[in-house]
Formats: sequence, C-alpha cells, structure tokens
Amino acid sequence: MGLLSKKDSKLILDPLADNNPITIQVLGICSALAITAELKASIVMAISVIFVLGAGNVVVSLMRNIIPSKIRIIVQLIIVATLVIIVDLVLKAYAYELSKTLSVFVGLIITNCIIMGRFEAFALGNGPWKSFLDGIGNALGYGVILIIVGFFRELLGSGTLLGVPVLGDPIEKTGLYSIGYENNGFMLLSPMALIVVGLIIWVQRSRNKALIED
Amino acid sequence: MALKEKLHTLKEKYKGTKMAPAFNALHTFLYLPNETTHNGTHIKAADDLKRTMNTVIIALIPCLIFGMFNAGYQHFAALGTPVDFLSWDALYIGIIKVLPLVVVSYGVGLAIEFLFAVIKGHEVEEGYLVTGMLVPLIVPIDLPLWMLAVAVAFGVVIGKEIFGGTGMNILNPALTIRAFLFFAYPTWMSGDKVWVHGAVERDAQIASGANLDAISGETILGSYAQNSSVAYDYWDMFLGIIPGSVGETSKLLIIAGALFLIFTKVGSWRIMLSTVIGALAMGLIFNAFVDAGWIGETSKFYGLMSVPFWQHLIIGSILFGAVYMATDPVTASQTNKGKWIYGFLIGFISIMIRVFNPAYPEGVFLAILLMNVFAPTIDHYVIQANVKQRMKRLKAKVA
Repeated sequence: MGLLSKKDSKLILDPLADNNPITIQVLGICSALAITAELKASIVMAISVIFVLGAGNVVVSLMRNIIPSKIRIIVQLIIVATLVIIVDLVLKAYAYELSKTLSVFVGLIITNCIIMGRFEAFALGNGPWKSFLDGIGNALGYGVILIIVGFFRELLGSGTLLGVPVLGDPIEKTGLYSIGYENNGFMLLSPMALIVVGLIIWVQRSRNKALIED
Repeated sequence: MALKEKLHTLKEKYKGTKMAPAFNALHTFLYLPNETTHNGTHIKAADDLKRTMNTVIIALIPCLIFGMFNAGYQHFAALGTPVDFLSWDALYIGIIKVLPLVVVSYGVGLAIEFLFAVIKGHEVEEGYLVTGMLVPLIVPIDLPLWMLAVAVAFGVVIGKEIFGGTGMNILNPALTIRAFLFFAYPTWMSGDKVWVHGAVERDAQIASGANLDAISGETILGSYAQNSSVAYDYWDMFLGIIPGSVGETSKLLIIAGALFLIFTKVGSWRIMLSTVIGALAMGLIFNAFVDAGWIGETSKFYGLMSVPFWQHLIIGSILFGAVYMATDPVTASQTNKGKWIYGFLIGFISIMIRVFNPAYPEGVFLAILLMNVFAPTIDHYVIQANVKQRMKRLKAKVA
C-alpha cells in the first residue's frame, strides 16, 4: 500500500480478521445480538460505529495529554455521548423509519464495549493518525461481523435482503416457497444470532491454528 | 460369517488412514471387537455403550410400531371412514409416513457423526443411535422431511459435536432438535392441524375451493386450554389412541418400556419416579387452587387447572419425557440425591408450563432442557453437602 506504511495498514487490517473485536476479543456482543435480524439495520449500525469510533479515537488521542487520568472515563463517556447524539440526530433527520427500528440501540453505542476498549487501550497512548486508523479498523471488524450475521439472519429468517424478497413470496408461494421451503423463525430470535456468531468464530479458529487456545 | 470377515479385511485395509473410524464403527456395531487388552486385570462385561444404546432402542420399538398404527387410525378416523386399529390400512399409512422420518433422522444424523469422526480422527460415537430413534417419535407426523433434516443437522452439530461429542453434551440432542423445530417452524409443530396425517393437506384443498370438511386434529391439551370438553375417555388416553406426536401417545407401552429399562438397569428409576412425583405435586397444587375457588370457571386457566392431577400423566408427553428423555445418562444429574431433585423439578416445571403458557401447549421438552442445564449445578451442591457432612463427622471423631 502506497498510502499507508506497513505498520499503519496493520492497524486497519488486523481487527478485520485475526484480532476481530467480536470474534476474538468477544466485545460488543450485545448489539450484535440485538439489531442483526435485518441487514439494513446491521449496515447502519456498522456505519454509525465506524463514525463514532473513528472520530472518538481522534478526539481522545488529541486530548490524551490533558485528560487527568482519574476522571478519564467520564471524559471519554462525554466524547462518545456527543458523537452518538450527532449520529442519532442525523438518523432522525434523514432516515426516520430506520432510526425507529434501531430505537435505543443507537443510544446504546455509548455502552458498546469496543469503543471504551479502544479509547483505553489505544487512543490514550497513541497519536491521532494512528488512533484514527485503529478506530476505523476495529469498527470495520465489528461491522463486517454484523453484516455477515445480518445477511444470514435476514436471508434465512425472512427470506429477504435489505427488505427485498429474494427467495420468492411466502404467501403467494412463488420461487423457493413453491417447493415447500419455509422461513426459519428461529433465525429472527436473538439466540440464533449468538449461534451464528459462534459458528463464525468456529470457522475462523479452525482456519487459523494460531488462535486455538488450550 | 462372510460379512464379518469382509468387514475385518476392510478394517485392516483402512487401518491408520483417515477413513479408519468409519469402518471400525461398522465393525463394532455388528460384532464384538476382535482386539483384546493385554495388560492388567480387566472385568469382562458384555454391556458396552453400544449394548446400552441398543437396549433403549428395543424399549422404543413398541412405541414406534404403535405410532405407525395410530397414525393410520387417526388419519382414517378424521376422514370419517374409520378402520380397525390393528388393520393393514392403518399400518400402511403409518409406514409410509413414519419410516421416512426414521430414515431421514438416522441418515442425516449418522452422516454427520461419521463426517466428524473422520475429520477429527476419533472413533464414531454411539450416541446418535438412540437420538435417531427418539427424534421421529417426538415430532408431528406431517412434518416436512427437509425441516427434520435441517433440525437434525443443527441438533447434532450445535447440541453435541461442538461440545466434543457423545458424553460431553450438556443438552439432550433429541430435545435440541425438537426445540429447534419448535422455534424455527412453529406452524408445523403446534396447533390442531399437524397431529393427524392429512389435515394440513385438507386445509390447502379447502383453501383452493374444494368442498370438503376440515380435519381437526385437536389434541387433548389444546381442548383443555380452550376450556372445551374432550372427546376421548381415559382408556383412549392411557392406550394412546389419541392424536399427538408419533410415538408418545401410548402410556401403556411407555410404562412397559420403562419397566424394561429399569429391569435391565439402563434407565434410572429414581429419575422416572421423581418426575412423576413432581408432575403429580404440581397437578395437586393446581387442583387445590381450583378447589379453593381462586380460579373461577371464567379464567383461561380453568380448563387445565381443573384437570384431575393424575390425569396429567396420561395426556401430553410427560411420561415419554420422564422415561426416555430425562433419563439420558449424559445430561441428567449423576448423583442419586441429585437425580431425585432433577426429576422432581422436571415434572413440576413441565406441568407448570403446560398450564400457564398457552403459547407452549406442551412444556415437557422445555422443562427437560432447562433442567439439563442445571444438572451439573445440582450435582455440585449434592457433592459439596456430602463433603461437608463427612468433614463434620471427621472432626467429631478427632475431637
């Protein structure tokens, strides 16, 4: 990569696979379970987190030398909260229906452990550019898993993708439904999100032997 | 003995290769292994895990055959052209509907077991032999086969293989399969249409304009839940000539199977008995509510709460669950005291779910799965209590 040095590109690429915040660090599970029944919601959630974590990491990194360490958690919370409110208001203004689907979960980005985790573990000790890359990388890693889970849950649970029926019409019995296929209602329930995340972890660990723990 | 020799040569041929576990499994399933241990003293017993599993299967076969007859009988009775219970017509419908369930259950389940054994390089485990037989018995007769296949694949992989295979699973695989079906395809697993062969089809015909009477395969629990009267008498319920899952209707054959399992010491009588006691206890509590006048006839719980407490045992699948599901040696409690607690709570919670939650007309499988999760905890406290008691005794002696 010409644009980024080797070290910098590692910051972005590592969290996508070998150090994925969801499948390896097992952070941010709650939102992965809650909003992945639809692909659209997963994508919006992923974009929101990319914005919040990217911007948040930069702000925290810029302020890292003036934040008193005793009250740093409070300062970090205020930074996340500000960014989340921006996201929330933008969604309400330009994608009102979607913001209703996501309801409280946008607000709950504040409590997403990945964000506080990256602030604490990275932004407080590194410069703004590196922190920015780290934030984008981790948020992308989070988003990728969210989108994979959302894809399977919406496809198998409702037979649609982004709200568009792709397997036929379940009521008119067209497409796949004409030969007796039915949507899997279990996919729409949260336990199945946990199982899908588990299966992703399984596939990932069996492909990469370095991740296998005793 | 040609087969035995052929299997033996095959086994020798594939020794040390990836496919070895598959051939070993076939060989030891049919014959005793021809290897003997050389060192140390060993007690020779004929009852290895495969024989244990086979014993359970033998206990299940009467239920399966009865289920076939009953499937045909219910079908014709619902069509308005009743046939004798023990007739070829009834058996024919039963065979063409039930055998595919058995074949799919075993086919998919064993294929996955073999696959895992070959990939992971361990021997094929016997656990699926019983699960494969239980699954067709606890599903509705008209369940589409592909749904069963998906559920079996899910149940075997998620319910068992990821924990490390037979002996390591925390949940009963057969019930995991049923739970998956129940939550994934609820329209095929509950309601009054799925329990009698032909009812779903008939509904489709009516919907497309045919002038036919709808078939109602209302189960007894369904009728009680709606506070309506039940068309079957106690003997029908006890003998099992009622609509329901394929193999769980005949209480007589289940009791016979239970006695067989207890006699061969394969099933735990403690769990069976305590489950029944738990169910009776909950039934008595509900009866007391009704007697005390706390639940009026207008209450939506009246129908099920006013069922005489002993009658809970002959409706629904509580007995089947108690005898064949709760006693699964892997997922049940291991200690004797633990078994009493575990069984009692299964019976108690089953009846509680049955009465209180109209969305889950039969709560036995949920209750057993729940107690599967708690079984290790129960064991832990039983053992700790025992340790404490002994420590006290020891101190008293020393002092």
